[in-house]
Amino acid sequence: MESAAVSSHDSTIQEIGFERTLYPYVMGTSVLGMKYKDGVLLAADLGGSYGSTLRYKSVERIKPIGKHSLLGASGEISDFQEILRYLDELILYDNMWDDGNSLGPKEVHNYLNRLMYNRRNKFNPLWNSLVLGGVKNGQKYLGMVGMIGTHFEDNHVATGFGNHLARPILRDEWNEDMSFEEAVKLLEKCLRVLLYRDRSSINKFQIAKITEEGVTIFPPYSLKTFWGFSAFKNPTKGAEGSW
Amino acid sequence: MDTDLNAPHSMGTTIIGVTYDGGVVLGADSRTSTGMYVANRASDKITQLTDNVYVCRSGSAADSQIVSDYVRYFLHQHTIQLGQPATVKVVANLVRLLSYQNKNMLQMGLIVGGWDKYEGAQIYSVPLGGTILRRPFAIGGSGSSYLYGFFDKEWKEGMSKDEAEKLVVEAVSLAIARDGASGGVVRTVTINADGVTRNFYTGDSLPLWHEELEPQNSLLDILSSSSAEPMST
Repeated sequence: MESAAVSSHDSTIQEIGFERTLYPYVMGTSVLGMKYKDGVLLAADLGGSYGSTLRYKSVERIKPIGKHSLLGASGEISDFQEILRYLDELILYDNMWDDGNSLGPKEVHNYLNRLMYNRRNKFNPLWNSLVLGGVKNGQKYLGMVGMIGTHFEDNHVATGFGNHLARPILRDEWNEDMSFEEAVKLLEKCLRVLLYRDRSSINKFQIAKITEEGVTIFPPYSLKTFWGFSAFKNPTKGAEGSW
Repeated sequence: MDTDLNAPHSMGTTIIGVTYDGGVVLGADSRTSTGMYVANRASDKITQLTDNVYVCRSGSAADSQIVSDYVRYFLHQHTIQLGQPATVKVVANLVRLLSYQNKNMLQMGLIVGGWDKYEGAQIYSVPLGGTILRRPFAIGGSGSSYLYGFFDKEWKEGMSKDEAEKLVVEAVSLAIARDGASGGVVRTVTINADGVTRNFYTGDSLPLWHEELEPQNSLLDILSSSSAEPMST
């Protein structure tokens, strides 16, 4: 997708050859994020849906940004790829200063917020919900930015369906000092519920962790699901014609 | 992209009916959705109309349920008056009549399948609008779009019961892999001269398709057992 205004001092906006996102096509579903004892964990599935078709099954929706941050995105994948290009440029310029400083998660979150909000003001949004997690100088950070520029920080966040299905679980069971194992188990509980109840989720997940030491994105894996309830075997016994 | 909880319950579905040498195998997935939310992950879309005839339902859950309730009601009376089990053709045509005469109000696609002593194994497709078509096999629901090529290649006449069942389970499983509106378990109902058998296949008993991975209990199990280093920067 091309942007019309290239730089802020450009007074004319060319409408010729200008595209805007009217509706999303290839979409990613929920991203989950939560702080734990040593840092921040992000989780998402690897699905790219095309309408109701589960078209792409190896779409990585969590990427490292610089040394201190992880970005997860749901929504239109092409817009996410564009955001990654913008961030690439941002990090490149940051590195070129060669001054020993590096952009932390707070700064990247702020940049993303500005990016999303400015696009929304031009009625040409980047159709994503972003989760930004990171650790710098021992400080854990986890924030979210939506396609209309809504942004906030919290101890646990979720996008899309995760808002409805995962957040209640996280509110109930999250605590300040979770170990890595406890945190993964909690995330997997949420991922499994999303797998059961979100039409656009697929059974292939990626969990990523960020600590002071750095970023680790674990290889994709699938979760076992449970269907062994006796009620599932013969749901219409005694009530023929129901579901 | 939020869930519309007031959206009509629709069974974006995969349904299949296949004849084999001596009977029929009906198959379906088990997902019922309200917009993007999965309202029921273990639904039973294969409904009994008589002892020897079942119907696979797709489309609006409400419409297909009420129609199958009416058909069952009429058939009950018909069986008493006739003094013997209704034929599959009669059942299918009853379904067609209700579908056709209410075509402006109903949104459902049905596959009627059964066995009777006159014509043996039969499958009738009754899509939107109330057309009736007798075929050796039928596929329906949103997931069926992904199966036309598969059936063009894999269908053959004169299969055995086990081959037919395997084909149906494989097909529903393939559709579930690609159709967001289909999911859950694979249910089959086999009808022949000896009676009716219901089966139930969960994810772990189905083969893995392209880009699908072996299910695990947790990431922690993988980490503790593997010695390979995960990606890191």
